[in-house]
Amino acid sequence: MSNPILKLIAQRIALGLLLLLAVSVLIFAGTQILPGDVAQSILGQSATPQALANLREELGLNAPAYVRYFRWLGGVLTGDLGTALSSRQDIATAIGGRLWNTLFLAFWAAIVSIPLAIILGLLAVRYRNGWIDKTISGLALASTSLPEFFVGYLLVYFFAVKWQIFPGISTVYDGMPFLERMKAIALPATALTLVVLAHMMRMTRAAILNVMQSAYIETAELKGLSPFEIIRKHAFPNAIAPVINVVMLNLAFLIVGVVVIEVIFVYPGMGQYLVDHVAKRDVPVVQAVGLIFAAVYIGLNIIADIAAIVANPRLRHPK
Amino acid sequence: MAKAPANGSGPLLDIRDLRIEAKVYPPGEAPRTITLVHDVSLTLEKGKVLGLIGESGAGKSTIGLSSMAYGRGGVKITGGEIILNGRDIRKGGTQGIRALRGREVCYVAQSAAAAFNPAHRLMDQVIEASILHGVSSRAEAERRAVALFKKLSLPDPENIGKRFPHQVSGGQLQRVMTAMALCSEPDLIVFDEPTTALDVTTQIDVLAAIKEAIRDTGVAALYISHDLAVVAQVSDEIMVLRHGKLVEWGGTQQIIKEPRQEYTSALVSVHEIAHEEKKPGASPFLSVRNVTAAYGGGKIKVLKNVSVDILPGQTLAVVGESGSGKSTLARAITGLLPPEEGSITFAGRALGNRLADRSRDDLRELQMIYQMADVAMNPRQTVGTIIGRPLEFYFGMGGKERDAKVAELLDKIEMGRGFIDRYPAELSGGQKQRVCIARALAAKPRLIICDEVTSALDPLVANGILKLLLGLQAEEGVAYLFITHDLATVKSIADSIAVMYRGEVVRYGPKSEVLKPPFDAYTDLLLSSVPEMEIGWLEKAIGGRRMASAGN
Repeated sequence: MSNPILKLIAQRIALGLLLLLAVSVLIFAGTQILPGDVAQSILGQSATPQALANLREELGLNAPAYVRYFRWLGGVLTGDLGTALSSRQDIATAIGGRLWNTLFLAFWAAIVSIPLAIILGLLAVRYRNGWIDKTISGLALASTSLPEFFVGYLLVYFFAVKWQIFPGISTVYDGMPFLERMKAIALPATALTLVVLAHMMRMTRAAILNVMQSAYIETAELKGLSPFEIIRKHAFPNAIAPVINVVMLNLAFLIVGVVVIEVIFVYPGMGQYLVDHVAKRDVPVVQAVGLIFAAVYIGLNIIADIAAIVANPRLRHPK
Repeated sequence: MAKAPANGSGPLLDIRDLRIEAKVYPPGEAPRTITLVHDVSLTLEKGKVLGLIGESGAGKSTIGLSSMAYGRGGVKITGGEIILNGRDIRKGGTQGIRALRGREVCYVAQSAAAAFNPAHRLMDQVIEASILHGVSSRAEAERRAVALFKKLSLPDPENIGKRFPHQVSGGQLQRVMTAMALCSEPDLIVFDEPTTALDVTTQIDVLAAIKEAIRDTGVAALYISHDLAVVAQVSDEIMVLRHGKLVEWGGTQQIIKEPRQEYTSALVSVHEIAHEEKKPGASPFLSVRNVTAAYGGGKIKVLKNVSVDILPGQTLAVVGESGSGKSTLARAITGLLPPEEGSITFAGRALGNRLADRSRDDLRELQMIYQMADVAMNPRQTVGTIIGRPLEFYFGMGGKERDAKVAELLDKIEMGRGFIDRYPAELSGGQKQRVCIARALAAKPRLIICDEVTSALDPLVANGILKLLLGLQAEEGVAYLFITHDLATVKSIADSIAVMYRGEVVRYGPKSEVLKPPFDAYTDLLLSSVPEMEIGWLEKAIGGRRMASAGN
């Protein structure tokens, strides 16, 4: 590893941290602009002015906004995400288990969808413009075009109601045996796979097709390589950067964008937690979850950037 | 050698009545089939070299690639037999064709820089075909590759294979590609313009390396080029092609010394334009004084203390290889790259360094023509709009007056008024360059900077452009700053010459003096590297060199 590449990576990480800081300001400002008063929503309409004033004092709501921001930021940096207003529970503890559940679901959806998408993309390029390519592209487009809740309900109708293979409600709990857990997440993971598959597959196809125009593909053809070898050995390594980018975007979606799926399958993950607490106007929870989602999103994109840098031989092996 | 010919003693390659067609999709018209190669036949004996020569569109590459049953894009071989080692390869099916590619026939592309996969090390690519076809084990193939690197006089042959393509210079890559073609010990190599993209001083090295490798390995070759002088150095026989038809086929000596066809004679005498040097009487109207210019905020100095003068109505040619600072000099004069030091005086007054400091009239007086005519024009404007633009911009012309002037300019570039409503995409390469010349001329400049304006053109077309430029100079009295790496062009057009090397002017003066011995080492190298239409020139030139070219 040489100097310029380390410098580039350090730059990306520094930029990511800066971006995260900016996002934290936005989240905090956004929740401040929301109408309503936290003390009022906790105590209800019938609260006496004295009780409201006491609670405001207790929650530190009378301090200026920037003081509250730094207090919040300081807490976040030390691992204290605050206390949920509605349940009076420690947010960090409540999130811990749910974040794990969300990651578990995302992990299995990714394990299935990423290799599948890339293999389908390679196949589509190999048989481009033939019926295999058109079938793959058509099915993939159809599965993306259907809204995820519709896909979810379709799966529930067939697999849970009609054939009763998998449960329609994905209840998981601590200490659940692994196989049970896998069975519980089968349907939401499938729904997620169908949602992200097409995007990754089509990007893989487009990125490789772009490379297939290059002169070195002709060189490979004139060496007598078979079409699939050409795609695998000569085209794919040069298409890796855009593919990684779209894979990371979809990974981020699997973690951040699962709200609808989690609600449909009543899966105890981050998304459901967020939706519940938005309904309850529980601002500290919304802030904490928003920040975690932002961190995941930025983090994955940094990884994509770094992977693209490392995948480039010109940067890896300077002159 | 790969396989013994099935019938014992026949030729290695025997192409009979080859017909190649392509489907084209002209905009707004129904797709139609055009014939690229019309029933061409050729035979090539083992170990011999056949040169294929002609301008672009002659079908040289298409014929060359047909020996591997390969058609670029939508190109299809539709008729004839291609008999390689005693069998018709078109009957072999996909498997049969794949088995011969990279094994019996290998290919060396024009741009090795583009033909190597940027993601893999050179060695892996060089030995790929050998391993794929089971010619040898990896270790054995690597040993042979290193031996070939040595034979092609690549620096550090033991380790160059560990490098990635972007870490190796263009001339070296071209030689690595030759090694790649030789590595699987084929019977035939197709060289497709292997030295065209290289500097003239590098070309000679690569050419010598290729020739030696062909001689020592006994491989047969189809050598494709548009430069007859280059082909004459390596070929036993030469085939002249035009518009996909055979013009003439004969021994090298016969083709270059006693051409039987008119077209062949035109190719042979292409570089000869007699140009009388003008006397340097008048005082210069543009003087470049001690100009130093740099890129990257002064870090990379590309021009060092350069001084040249341009006389009214005369041509200063600036020659040198790529990276010598020729184009940077043009950018400094036009104000696109403000010099760090030095000054440029124009008609007795100092010219603003930066483009923004110059008046519209200053801009009008200096016009430019570029190497790539097609990217120097807006593809969505008609020829009339393109040439009319400077008339509107500098002279405020409009309507009939402008149209009349555009028509007059089209006459001057020998194209006629019928072209006014055409788009650049409908023009040939030479016509595009003519439109660019008309556009420059429309501004009534005193100086036109021509940056490699003939380099991308076929020799005969380039010749036409040079004659046009000379004619316009006589008519309009315009001066040229003519940037080129091609010394033959310089001899045809220049009144004075500046030779540039690594950002400095190493030799400067009237043409007759610059081209008169004794030469400095670099000018000598440059002059001796220009291929001559003479068998045995290559060996003589290599033998008599005093310095190595900068490309190494």
